[in-house]
Amino acid sequence: MKILVCIKQVPDMESKFKVDAAGTWYDNADLAWRMNEYDEYAVEQAVQLKEQAGEGDITVLSIGPDKVKEAMKKALAMGCDRGVHVSDDAVSSKEPYQIASIIAAFAGDKGFDVIFTGLQSQDRGSGQVGVLVGELLGLPSVTTVVDFNMEGDSVTAKRELEGGIRAVVKVATPALFTCQLGLNTPRYPTLPNIMKAKKKELLTIPVADLLDVDPRQQTAALFFPEKKGGGLVLEGEVGDLADQLVQILKEKTTVLS
Amino acid sequence: MKALLVAEYRDGQLLGSYQELIGFARQLGADCSMFLVGSGSALPAFEGTLYLADAAQVGDYNPDVHKQLLLSVIEQEQPDYIVFLHSSYGWDLAPRVACSLKASQISEVVEIKDGTMVVPVCNAKLRRQVTPNTQVTVLTLQAGAFGLAEPPTGSPEVKEVSTDAVGPITFTGYEAAEAGGVDLSKSEVIVSAGRGVGKPENVSIIEDLASALGGDYGASRPVVDSEWVEHNRQVGTTGQTVAPKLYVACGISGAIQHLAGMKKSEFIVAVNTDKDAPIGEVADVLVVADLKQFIPALTEKIKGG
Ligand SMILES: Cc1cc2nc3c(=O)[nH]c(=O)nc-3n(C[C@H](O)[C@H](O)[C@H](O)COP(=O)(O)OP(=O)(O)OC[C@H]3O[C@@H](n4cnc5c(N)ncnc54)[C@H](O)[C@@H]3O)c2cc1C
Ligand SMILES: Nc1ncnc2c1ncn2[C@@H]1O[C@H](COP(=O)(O)O)[C@@H](O)[C@H]1O
Repeated sequence: MKILVCIKQVPDMESKFKVDAAGTWYDNADLAWRMNEYDEYAVEQAVQLKEQAGEGDITVLSIGPDKVKEAMKKALAMGCDRGVHVSDDAVSSKEPYQIASIIAAFAGDKGFDVIFTGLQSQDRGSGQVGVLVGELLGLPSVTTVVDFNMEGDSVTAKRELEGGIRAVVKVATPALFTCQLGLNTPRYPTLPNIMKAKKKELLTIPVADLLDVDPRQQTAALFFPEKKGGGLVLEGEVGDLADQLVQILKEKTTVLS
Repeated sequence: MKALLVAEYRDGQLLGSYQELIGFARQLGADCSMFLVGSGSALPAFEGTLYLADAAQVGDYNPDVHKQLLLSVIEQEQPDYIVFLHSSYGWDLAPRVACSLKASQISEVVEIKDGTMVVPVCNAKLRRQVTPNTQVTVLTLQAGAFGLAEPPTGSPEVKEVSTDAVGPITFTGYEAAEAGGVDLSKSEVIVSAGRGVGKPENVSIIEDLASALGGDYGASRPVVDSEWVEHNRQVGTTGQTVAPKLYVACGISGAIQHLAGMKKSEFIVAVNTDKDAPIGEVADVLVVADLKQFIPALTEKIKGG
């Protein structure tokens, strides 16, 4: 069984963001980077699938500058077998259709049985790339997956709907799945596995070899939202803050009377 | 300018969110028509053409069937915009339609600025203005971002549509949300734990404050997914919707799906180490502090009277 997992490296969302010089994306300097949260579920599901099947070969793919190899190494240490780094220093200016086209161009002739992506990336958050890859490859795609079970070449998956209701669907592989939070519990790579991961194949392909479509949209501007609400911000020493808040709660609410 | 609005229907009900689609079209200044897989007995109110496929015939949501129906309507209607909600339905179907049309898709629109779409970036810490390069554009709208002051009126001209398309994905049934347990919707005070609590042992800090305030404790989704708190205490789109007199969000960043469950609370206090966390948008008071120090200090003060 051949499995593909697509992962993106994103900044830690608690970072202090700055707008870049062009005014169209965030400045990449001084940020901490990690694997997109949704993609961790995708990697874990791929590894569990291989473990359950007792066989399989997992390729992890990421498009971006050299530093995305850090996230790929984590995926390899979690249990992926090989990495494909599509080298692109200008990844932040690529829109979802272009990203999907790159992935589809790579996957086109490889005969993957199962492809996992995240439901969305935490920074761009388009929630498009997975489904677009499926459409471009002519594969069925199942989105927002919170439960995955494969028997033979048939997958039963649960899709999460609003209010926590789930729709149960069946599909035959080859197929693509976009992973939602809570699908599984992503494992922490162990030290021996981190060492082993260093020896795994990590192939680099220049993006120009895979990209031959024009962007369908562009970013005109990136900016901070206007602060609305006018809520009070309290900073200082913990004891003082607690006194201040108790006072506010006494004045503004009835819960401390 | 023409917009084709894609309304939603689930479990025998037309979803009220269709009004947000109309609110958006009005802001954009577009003429609108609507597409619905639903029922003639639950029609949306508006003036215009409604392309209606019978849900009883079409069956439960199947992406390929809905895509084919929608493409045939688009063929007739030739809209400039095809507008979905950014919901489980919208984000499943919109990219399929965009791909077939070779159209650009702009996801989770929160605002129209100078005729172009604005979307959130990085957990709503930033915003991005996006311009399409294509004639036709597919949009998904953030829930709650566009509304109408008054509910729409009128009755649409109904055109029935059907298809014999089938797809490779088979729907086999629904599974209800985990039921029972704690009903937070009646709580007057809720103190919620977010991922900022750091580890399961720290949940007790939150519970202690909740009981000192005579209220209940809740949680954000990651805390529930990690099984630090049981699911029936989750607040948000996939959990409970609450509106207590006081909501204290501890170590919660303020993602839209969490806000949807608690922003109607009367008074909101957020405790967060990150002064820029989006929870600040809805908080009446944002306490910038480490919850592990601040919450126990607060609990002591409250217990002390
Ligand atoms: C379809 C869908 C449905 C969803 N449904 C829900 C839902 O029902 N409910 C829900 O909650 N989420 C839901 N989510 C997830 C949502 O998008 C966010 O991922 C989630 O709400 C984030 O939870 P959080 O704020 O606890 O964690 P994070 O976003 O990781 O935020 C943690 C916060 O804690 C702060 N912090 C860290 N350390 C400390 C400290 N020591 N003291 C104080 N503050 C600290 C950080 O600054 C940060 O702001 C859904 C997502 C999707 C896609
Ligand atoms: N640069 C990238 N490299 C590899 N996979 C990506 C990249 N960007 C997005 N993806 C995949 O597409 C999913 C959805 O991303 P998005 O459409 O940007 O919300 C992510 O969860 C990843 O699985």
